[in-house]
Amino acid sequence: MIPEEIKKLIGTGGAVKYYAVEKGAVRRFAEAVDDTNPLFQDEEYARKSKYGTIIAPPGFFGWPLKQTRGSPLAVDIPPELEAAFEKAGYPLSLVLDGGMEYEFFLPVKAGDVLSAVTTVRNLRERSGEGGSIIVSFLDTVYHNQAGAMVAKQQLMFVRRSLNSPSQEAGHV
Amino acid sequence: MSEQLYWEDIEVGSEITPLAKIATTQMLVRWAGASGDFNPLHYDSAYVASVGLGQVIIHGALKRQWLIQLMTDWIGEQGFLKKFSCQYGAMDYPRHMKSISEPQDGETWYCRGKVTKKYVDGTLHLVDCKISLENGKGEITTSGRATVILPSKSV
Repeated sequence: MIPEEIKKLIGTGGAVKYYAVEKGAVRRFAEAVDDTNPLFQDEEYARKSKYGTIIAPPGFFGWPLKQTRGSPLAVDIPPELEAAFEKAGYPLSLVLDGGMEYEFFLPVKAGDVLSAVTTVRNLRERSGEGGSIIVSFLDTVYHNQAGAMVAKQQLMFVRRSLNSPSQEAGHV
Repeated sequence: MSEQLYWEDIEVGSEITPLAKIATTQMLVRWAGASGDFNPLHYDSAYVASVGLGQVIIHGALKRQWLIQLMTDWIGEQGFLKKFSCQYGAMDYPRHMKSISEPQDGETWYCRGKVTKKYVDGTLHLVDCKISLENGKGEITTSGRATVILPSKSV
């Protein structure tokens, strides 16, 4: 059974967050992957490309405009959901990345400011011997400053209760 | 960058040009900074031991980004990655550093993929692919799917 205080958050979310896509951050991101694609880091090359400017590798949406004191992870978990997990004994230290789905509509360009809205689409429980595992499905929709949708993402993340076997989820 | 790939160049079963990757502890630190994922599981051996794991593990999101690069390298500047998904099946462990810039000998990972479907939707020339990440033992530790739009020679 998924605790009621967590379950009731299905369908919630919706606070808009803004992300600035800075060219230096784009380059750092590509460098971190050892991705040498000039579209992501060579201004001269990018200017002559069909995009006319540096674009971000798919999956990079910039950094929050307003720094919030939040999760030490890159995952943008709605604060109410995070609080509910902590309270019910599913600590952040036992979070696992379960996977990702993206649909891309437009390239993200250096200089863009994206707005993002995240919704808790679903929660599913997988029971293990020593405890419980909850898989959260978080949907995020990104729009650019012109109001055009650039991407939809569905993140799956796994939370384990304190007494669940540590290896059970089997993936990170 | 290599020559532009066209929709006509590929068939169902065509192999995506494989992408070799070497993860090091240094790369994981770079990724932590660039992605904002500061989970100590990925850089702090003492912490890792305290939670019962043997060694620091590679971020799932880094493996995901390798697979995204597999696709963007393959489709070239005129291609567009339309859909992408991946799931993690097993953990991976980075190489340690031999010097300030050189990794120790060890595992090399390969991102691979194959075309599963080729079709036209309106004016779009599309290709579906199955993709995976293989560790040094040849085991698949991450798998996924992608749909790309490719330029066509006929338009």
